Parts: sequence; C-alpha cells; structure tokens
Amino acid sequence: MATATPDAPPLAPAPAKKPPRRRGRWTPYWLLLPGLLWLFVFFALPMVYQASTSVQTGSLEEGYKVTWHFATYWDALSEYWPQFLRSVLYAGAATILCLVLGYPLAYLIAFRAGRWRNLIMILVIAPFFTSFLIRTLAWKTILADGGPVVGALNSLHVLDVTSWLGITAGDRVLATPLAVVCGLTYNFLPFMILPLYTSLERIDGRLHEAAGDLYARPFTTFRKVTFPLSMPGVVSGTLLTFIPASGDYVNADLLGSTDTRMIGNVIQTQFLRILDYPTAAALSFILMAAILIMVTLYIRKSGTEDLV
Amino acid sequence: MGFLKSIGRWLKSHFVVIAGLITLGYLLLPNVVVTVFSFNKPKGRFNYEWQQFSTDAWRDPCGVADMCGSLSLSLRIAFWATIGATVLGTMIAFALVRYRFRARGAVNSLIFLPMAMPEVVMAASLLTLFLNLGAQLGFWTILIAHIMFCLSFVVVAVKARVMSMDPRLEEAARDLYAGPVQTFVRVTLPIAAPGIAAGALLAFALSFDDFIITNFNAGSTVTFPMFVWGSAQRGTPVQINVIGTAMFLVAVLLVLSGMVIGNRRNRQKA
Amino acid sequence: MTSTDTDHGGDVRLSGISKAYGTFTAVHPLDLTIPQGSFFALLGASGCGKTTTLRMIAGLEEPSAGTVYLGEQEVTHLAPYKRPVNTVFQSYALFPHLDIFENVAFGLRRRGIKSVKKQVDDMLDLVQLGEQARKKPHQLSGGQQQRVAVARALINTPKVLLLDEPLGALDLKLRRQMQLELKRIQTEVGITFVHVTHDQEEAMTMADTVAVMNAGRVEQLGSPADLYENPQTTFVANFLGTSNLIEAEVDAKSGDEIVLKAGGGKLLLPEARCSAPTRTGGKVLVGVRPEKISLTHAADAGDIPAGRNRITGKIADTSFIGVSTQYVIDSPVCPEFEVYVQNIDRDARLTPGAEVVLHWNPAHTFGLDADQDIDAGVGSVDEEAAA
Repeated sequence: MATATPDAPPLAPAPAKKPPRRRGRWTPYWLLLPGLLWLFVFFALPMVYQASTSVQTGSLEEGYKVTWHFATYWDALSEYWPQFLRSVLYAGAATILCLVLGYPLAYLIAFRAGRWRNLIMILVIAPFFTSFLIRTLAWKTILADGGPVVGALNSLHVLDVTSWLGITAGDRVLATPLAVVCGLTYNFLPFMILPLYTSLERIDGRLHEAAGDLYARPFTTFRKVTFPLSMPGVVSGTLLTFIPASGDYVNADLLGSTDTRMIGNVIQTQFLRILDYPTAAALSFILMAAILIMVTLYIRKSGTEDLV
Repeated sequence: MGFLKSIGRWLKSHFVVIAGLITLGYLLLPNVVVTVFSFNKPKGRFNYEWQQFSTDAWRDPCGVADMCGSLSLSLRIAFWATIGATVLGTMIAFALVRYRFRARGAVNSLIFLPMAMPEVVMAASLLTLFLNLGAQLGFWTILIAHIMFCLSFVVVAVKARVMSMDPRLEEAARDLYAGPVQTFVRVTLPIAAPGIAAGALLAFALSFDDFIITNFNAGSTVTFPMFVWGSAQRGTPVQINVIGTAMFLVAVLLVLSGMVIGNRRNRQKA
Repeated sequence: MTSTDTDHGGDVRLSGISKAYGTFTAVHPLDLTIPQGSFFALLGASGCGKTTTLRMIAGLEEPSAGTVYLGEQEVTHLAPYKRPVNTVFQSYALFPHLDIFENVAFGLRRRGIKSVKKQVDDMLDLVQLGEQARKKPHQLSGGQQQRVAVARALINTPKVLLLDEPLGALDLKLRRQMQLELKRIQTEVGITFVHVTHDQEEAMTMADTVAVMNAGRVEQLGSPADLYENPQTTFVANFLGTSNLIEAEVDAKSGDEIVLKAGGGKLLLPEARCSAPTRTGGKVLVGVRPEKISLTHAADAGDIPAGRNRITGKIADTSFIGVSTQYVIDSPVCPEFEVYVQNIDRDARLTPGAEVVLHWNPAHTFGLDADQDIDAGVGSVDEEAAA
C-alpha cells in the first residue's frame, strides 16, 4: 500500500474490502479446500457417477456401458410408482404427526418448563445415544399382537376404524402402514422438536404479555403471534423430518410388510440384492430430483432461505 | 358443576404441559422397553415377548458372537470420523464466518445439500463411485462416508458459535500483544470450543448410529448397527438391549454430571 | 495546530492518513498531532470516522494512505500486537472464558513476563477490584467490567491508551462517576489518552483537547472552552451545546467591530471572532449561545443599557428545568431562538405570547461563513439528548 507523505492528500485507491477481513487473501481458500474437496469427491462426484450409471446398459458379468438408455427411468417409474407414492404419503403423514406432537413439547420446554427445562431437553436428546435400530425394534414389542397397546385400541374399537380406513389390518397393528408411520414419527420426532424449540426460545416472552394486553385470548395470541414467529422452526423441522423419512427403509422393513415397502426398500434391494445398478441408480436419481424440487418449492413458498 | 368447571379450566391452562408430556412419553417409551427387556430371558431366538426376569445378559454382555467386535469397530469408526469431520468442518465454518471470498453461494449449497438429501441417495451414489473406482469396501470406505455426512453438521454447529462471537475479542487479544497463533490458541479456540464440542458430539452420535449409508458401503464389514439389523432377521440376543440401555444411561449420566459440575462451579464463583 | 513543542518524544502523529472502504471514504486525509501525556478526545456523531481513526492508531485497521508515528517510530503497517498501544474497547471485549485476574494478566503473559501476580494485584487495587480477581467477567456489573477493561490495557504501560466509547454502555450516573475516575487515573499514570466519544459533554469534561469530527474530516480542534466559545463551523456550533444562528448582512466596519444588518436591526460582532470573510454587503451567520442572552419584557425595553445587541420577539414556549428556565422565542430574524435564563428573579410576565427583547453583550457574538448548512450537527444533538 502506498505510504503518502504528509503533504500528499490525494487518496490512494484502496482495495475494495469489507470490514471483516484479514491480511492473508488466500487463507479462506486454504481453510475451505480440504473439507470442500472431501464433499466434492465423496458427495458431488458420486451424484455424477450415479447419473451416468442410470443411463448405462449391460450386465454384471460383461460390465456396463453408457448407452443413454433413458428407458430405464420410464421402466423404473412405471414399475415402482406405488412405492414412490407410498413414500411421499408415509413421510408426509409422519411429518404432520411430528409437528402436531412435537409443537406442544417444544413449547413446553421453551416457555413452561422453568427449572425442568434442561432435564426435559436431555430426555429429548438422550434416546439418540441408544442405537435407533434397537429402539425401532422395541416398537415390535410395544405394538405386538395381543399386547397391551393393541388390546386397548381393540377394546376402544379404534382398530375397527383404522382397518376400515385401510391403515391397519384386522386386529394387527404390526406389519401395517400405521406401524410404519408410527415408527417414522418416532424416529424423526427429535428433528422436529429441536428446530421448533430453537425458534420458540428466541421469542421474547413479553410478546405474549403484549398480545394479552392488546385483548388477544391465549389461543389468538398463539395463532397471531407465537406461531408466525416460530415459522422458521416449523419450516426447518418439517424439512428435517420429511426428507430423511421419505428415503427411509428401516421402519418399513422392521415394522412393515411387503405391502408397506417404500422407495428406499426398493433402492436398497436393487442395489444390494438384485444388483441391477442402472435401475437402482435411476430410482435414486428420481428420488433426489423429487426431493430437491419439493424442497426448493417449499422453501420459496415459506420464504425462509437462510436454513444453513 | 363447579367442580367440573374447575377441572375444565385446569385442563385448559395445562393443555400444553399435558400434550408435551404425552409426546415426551412417546419418545421415551421405547427406551423403557429396551431397558426392561434387557432383563428378559426369552424363549427362542427373538426377544420380543416378556418371559421371566434374569440378569444373565448383564453379567455376560459380550456373550454373543461378533457383537462386541462390531461395537468396538463402530466406536473406532465414530472416533476417527469425529476427528476428521470436526477438523474439516471447523475450518470451513471459520472460513465462512470470518472471510469474504468468491463463490460463497456455491460453497453454502455444497454444505447444505448433504443435509437435504435422503441418506439412501447418498449411500447409493457413493457406492456407485466406489464400484466404479474398484475400491475395496470396508473400514476405509465406511470412514470416508461418515466423515462426508457428518461434515455439514459440524459446520452448522461451529458456524453458529463463531458467528455469535464478538470479533472485538480477537482484536483485544491482538491489541494485548498476542500474535496470530497466540490469539487463536488463547482466545478464539477456547471461546469457539462449546460449538466445536457440540459439533463433535453430534458427529460422534451420527456416525456411531448410522445404518443406511454404512449398509451400502461396508462390504462384508459389520458395524454395531449392522449387527442389530442382521439380528432382527436371525434372532435378537438380549445383549443388544443391555448395550442399548448402557449407552442411554452413560449418556444421561455424563450430561447430568456435566450440568451439576457446571452449576456448582458457577455457584462457587458467584 | 495543537502543539508547538519541539519535543515530539512521545507524541502520536497522524500524517495524511485516510481510510476508504471501496468507494466509501471513512476518513479523509487527516493530519493530527496528539501531544504526549494529554487527554485527547475525538468527538463526533456515529459514522463520522472517529472510531476508524482510533483503530488506525491501534493497528486494527490499515490506513489506505498516510503515516502513523508514535514518537519517532513509524508504525503505519506494524501489527497491533507489536505496537506499544492498548485499547479499551467499546463494550469492553473482556475474555469471557478467563477470570478477571487472567484478563488483566493477558498482555503481560503474552510478552513472556512470568511473575505477574504483584503487578496484577496492584493494578486491580488501582481500579478498586482487588476482591473480584477470581470472578468471571459476566459476574461483574457494567461499571466493574469497564474498570477491568481499563486495568487490562493500562497494566501494559502503553505509550498511548485508546478508549473507544468506553462509557457508552453505562447509565448516566455511573457515566459521570467513571468520567471523573478515568480523569483521575490519567492524571495518576500520565499516559496519553485518546478518547473516542459521541457525547459532547463527556468530551468537554474529560479532555484537554477535543477534535470534532464530521463526515470523515476534523471540523475543529481546540480546548473545550475554545471550541464552545469560538466555533468555526455551524456543525461545531450546533453539535457542541446549542447555538442561535442568524443570517445577517455586513453593513460596515467600525474599529475592530463589524456592524451587521439583520431583519431591520443592527448587530455588532467583534472582527476577531468572525471566521468568515467580511466584505461589505456579504452574508455572515451570526451566532450566540442561549445562556449569554438576557430577556426583558417589551414594556421595560427602555431599561436596557446601550451598546448591547438587541432582537425583538415573542415567547413561543417555556420549560422550567430547575436551575434555569429555557425559553423558545419566535423572532423575525430566527424562528426558534433559544434563551436560557438562570432562576434568580423570575419575571412572572414572561409567559408564552409575551413580547420580549433579547439582548446580549456584543463580545459574546461569533461569526460563521454563511456558505454552509445552518442546521449541520443539529440532529446529532437531539440524538444526544435521547441517549
């Protein structure tokens, strides 16, 4: 940089830098390089490989070649559209259930828990430390045929209604859509509660008092003040629930039956058992595209762009 | 009537508390079942129905072939994945918060996308890469995959902390004769530590518990979640519940004792 | 301007320094000498470049052009940790993970001094915090944190101590107390203090020399009394206290006084107190401070001694504030003329609507260039009153 003499007032053109800056210009790139390289090679590049695999033909023995065989997509979709549809329905139902169940708990922790706040918080997070597969297997016991839960639902005739709706079968809960949705809801509930809590906790408690002071009943206060202010949490919570739920195959496998197979199950089987790589890659690519489109539309509609 | 009315009023004012506690019960019920069934003595291969009380499994937690081996493998992978993801993620987080650079948007989406992608998609595409490269599936491919999907979560955790940090603290350090390295070691790192620790803890939990991505990229290597998955097909030993219960207890105890120590320290100083 | 001493041993000299961020110029080329051992204030509204100037002395900001000297040493591009300069940061920037003792010892330890106990204890005693050594910063009150910040900087016996709005976060009473406290410490240690503030009262109470900054330039430099009595620009006149400014036309010169025409009347202005060129027929802004003016009911106009500057008007508003009463006068030459009258003998006739004559000793009149915004610096004063 130019060092002007005392009687040389004209300004040396200063480099255009914003306040948070450092002397080393290359430092940020060195800091980013290893991590981004890792993500590029093991996340972005595989997507390209997958896209290429999906338009290949051949066999395991003779090897595959890119032949731009887009028919794979058409075949995959026409054969597996029920599983796609099921994935969206199950994941959607689980997301809504998570929101309905999770909101009161997040609200409780944020505003009503007082000195119990930390303890409840720990109880929400602690199950994470037990393998989710073990906990999912526990649902097999909880929902077991002839167990207390099923017995109670049966005597209240709830199962009659649900089986009329087609989400349970006879007096069984296990191996039905209800069991799968129940498992999905359970597994992804913390992912709903934590972002909800984060955005609720930021709300100034005095806003409730102000709303009450301005003639709003408690429910109106919730509808007009609390809920709109917690929207960022609702948006990220629903995304964090819906996205993993739609690709999940563990719950459908452990708690469901062949009639509850989701798209994750199909991809897993195609890839690891049938070894039909092009079909599996095409299915996975469709799932990815569908999710990305849905997420983009959803974020744009709800107007929350800063999720990261 | 008055009695019913007052019950109604009580329910109304405590609605959120009741609903919240029901949800909490829903969240914790499986853990209760896991714990209770760790004392079961099942007939046959599956541990789904209560038979009789027994502490056999607790006395011999490694009594099942391969289980403890898979557990130690999972811990080893989680350890290294945590270190890898924490180092790489912390570097990215600092770069994002502290510096201006080109292609910020692209960098942000490359970090956001792995979190917005169903695991099965990442798992399948990573497997295609490894198959195409002819890589030997096993410990290393699992580790690579785990660092990949933990990285973004570490970035988010550390970024939040670093963003809330007053940049004047570092200026104060530099003003008080601390060079760049000293400033980082004495001020930046200690203050960012809770965020880094949170990120590391999250990475550890995610890596240790991961099934879907591991299942695709493990080859014949068996991690603990894969062992549990396999046992769901072949027969579930009670020892699985013992491990699950022990992990839950250790986690709760660690967090609680941390809180108690923190409280006491604060009280002493106050 | 400030110092004519030949000994520059410990002066801070800024020579042509400027700072630009992209197209925005935060500080225009600036020459400034801060004499060793003085208490120097940089005063201005937020965004005027005062903090940037301070940060360039500290080394936290690199000047786009120009040179910074500490004594005879050029430090323009020297990293902050290599400069014998320390800063008391706005909102203190105490290290939250270290206790008070370690915060204060930080600078000594970084310079490799092993036995710091004695020095730190002495310094904590100087700021009366000996008891709090093992507490964490968040356990202290605002005033205590402020003193820790001062102690943490002073213990390094810097050549210059920079204070960036050090009292901004304190309430009014505590601020007054700390102003005296800081002044005491400065006298005791004899180190040069450079103090950045937006509070004109704070600057005038504490500093020997004040530089008033506006839009990246120094408007005027001088002792507090000099700035108050002889403002050179409308910004200074309005920013420091309140000024009544009247647009007037130069009529004639008689001896060392200028005769001015304003709204039909005549006003006298000592030529020495006019910073503007005075051609006959040219325009000048005439200023007078509100407390210099006397207020007489129109009925008693005959009692006013001759030779005083007079203006007639009507009382628009009065507010009683204890030691004085503040009047707003609607006058043909100035719509909102402010007059502060001490509460000695209150004239009961002086109520809104009353016709009055304002008069003052011509020696208290100052003249400014009419080629500037008559209201410059006014808004900043309002901001002050609210703070």
